[in-house]
Amino acid sequence: MEKVLGDKKAICIFVLPALLVFLVIVVTPVFMSGYYSLLDWDGIGKSTFTGFDNYIKLFTDSSGFAKSIGNSFILAGLSIFIQLPIAMVLALILAQGIKWENFCRTVYFIPVIISTVVIGQLWRKVYHYDYGLLNSLLKGIGLENLQQEWLGSTSTALMSVLAPIIWQYIGYHMLLFYSAAKSVPGELYEAAMLDGASGFKTSIHITIPLIRPMINVCITYSLIGSLKVFDLIYVLTNGGPVHSTEVPSTLMFNTIFARYQYGFGSSMAIFIIVECLLLTIIIQRLFRSDNTAN
Amino acid sequence: MDTETGKLKKNDVKNRIGKDPEANAYIYKNKFKTHLLNFVVLVIALIQLFPLVWLLFFSLKDNSEIFGENIVGLPRHFLWQNYADAFSQGNVGRYLLNSILVTGLTIIFSDILAVCASYAIARMRWKLRRATMVLFLMGIMVPLHAALLPLFLVLKSLKLYNTIWALIVPYTAFTLSMGIFIFVGFMQSLPKELEESALIDGCTIYRAFFSIILPLVKPAIATVSIFTYLSAWNELMFAIQFVSKPELKTLTVGIMAMVGQYSTKWGPIGAGLVIATIPTLVIYILMSNQVQKSFITGAVKG
Repeated sequence: MEKVLGDKKAICIFVLPALLVFLVIVVTPVFMSGYYSLLDWDGIGKSTFTGFDNYIKLFTDSSGFAKSIGNSFILAGLSIFIQLPIAMVLALILAQGIKWENFCRTVYFIPVIISTVVIGQLWRKVYHYDYGLLNSLLKGIGLENLQQEWLGSTSTALMSVLAPIIWQYIGYHMLLFYSAAKSVPGELYEAAMLDGASGFKTSIHITIPLIRPMINVCITYSLIGSLKVFDLIYVLTNGGPVHSTEVPSTLMFNTIFARYQYGFGSSMAIFIIVECLLLTIIIQRLFRSDNTAN
Repeated sequence: MDTETGKLKKNDVKNRIGKDPEANAYIYKNKFKTHLLNFVVLVIALIQLFPLVWLLFFSLKDNSEIFGENIVGLPRHFLWQNYADAFSQGNVGRYLLNSILVTGLTIIFSDILAVCASYAIARMRWKLRRATMVLFLMGIMVPLHAALLPLFLVLKSLKLYNTIWALIVPYTAFTLSMGIFIFVGFMQSLPKELEESALIDGCTIYRAFFSIILPLVKPAIATVSIFTYLSAWNELMFAIQFVSKPELKTLTVGIMAMVGQYSTKWGPIGAGLVIATIPTLVIYILMSNQVQKSFITGAVKG
């Protein structure tokens, strides 16, 4: 039987197709991007090898890359400090077993599965100056002076594109927190109740410490997801007006396909991968030392 | 959580109602709290749903309602013509078919490749299986961006650019990692004895895979397919760049084209957006628990 389970031919037949597709389509392009990032190349003419010049250019010329990184960190901050707490509160309320538990859990999750293009187009209409939902509601409650050209003005555009992202993924984090809270053994709650602890206290002292691993997962996902965000911003503003909503992915996309700076754009792609990898490692380290300290 | 102790305590309090002001206060406080919590979660549910309901409303309105008379409310007359327009002039039917074709084939290929590779990784014995697993898992970390330009150039040189394969092949490759992660986890939880006795009786490894393991991993196939469906159906970056012929566009890109074409007619645009969402919503309504479970399974590795 050892022989059957170690049958080289069978192993190849099972693994090779997936491995080949994966190596050719996922792994190789990463290295090709790495190579392109060292070139000065417009995609048509000859390329010249320029070493790390593109990476230096990322932060020295006026492409707005530094600003786009800043914006992606603003999103990460909002996501971790606003979206996750909201999701956590909702999850804790629902996990206590209230009447609308299943209904709300199901409803909160709907925006998560809907295409970002649909969400983006919808929010463009929500923000429309004359006929949008937001300005109409403001008018309806007598706050006309708060009406804005939400996506068109540099002062409001960034918050206006980030709000739908926060809105869309609340249900995702809520679901993860909820599933973790539900898996806390019931006896712990019983014991707390017998001791007279309120639902609020039980949450703070029992549930939250016990679902720490899931909180770590959600923080990591929020951070990495924010650094990679593309779809919604591409649909809503494509980085404008004047780079005010630019994130690394939109800038990379436009640098490559609108400005034909293949080498420079590739250095942005590589920067995004390395940034995500490094931050994942750092954040995991932080959580690990945090856990041992407790 | 709704345990006997909890109920006992409530009953205890009930018996004391009317006699004991302290118990009355307890009941009122708890009732108030329950109402408050219900209110909060329902308000949030409304916030999560309202933009989508508004979309449904304006997809059925004419311009005079959308632009002024009735921005927020229910449509006065249900203008189904918007949906007809989206299909006949907006090309939404074509985009819908393309999306179904691309997503359907991606699910089939991704499931087959991932389940086979997972079988060898999870249940067969060979030296490089851990390394292979790690390699595949690293794929979960690789963002699509990283491959965008090289893939674009490779697809062009292979003459796949502007065919549906320019989407199906990359989608399949990029969903493999998640699929393998889920299948391997699932297969490792099955007892080893399952196929061992069959193999001792002289059953081939292929038969063991097809008739013993495959039927057992059906729940995992559902999980993986849901993931693959959502990532292929909703994908935008590759879809914009790898296909430019109008007759090959999928819904995400098609909708963007339609918005450009109809910029001032919100009704048909709204109809297009609703049509693009309906398949996802139907799947979700039919199996919302399974969909939610997929996301939990997909996240639990950290």
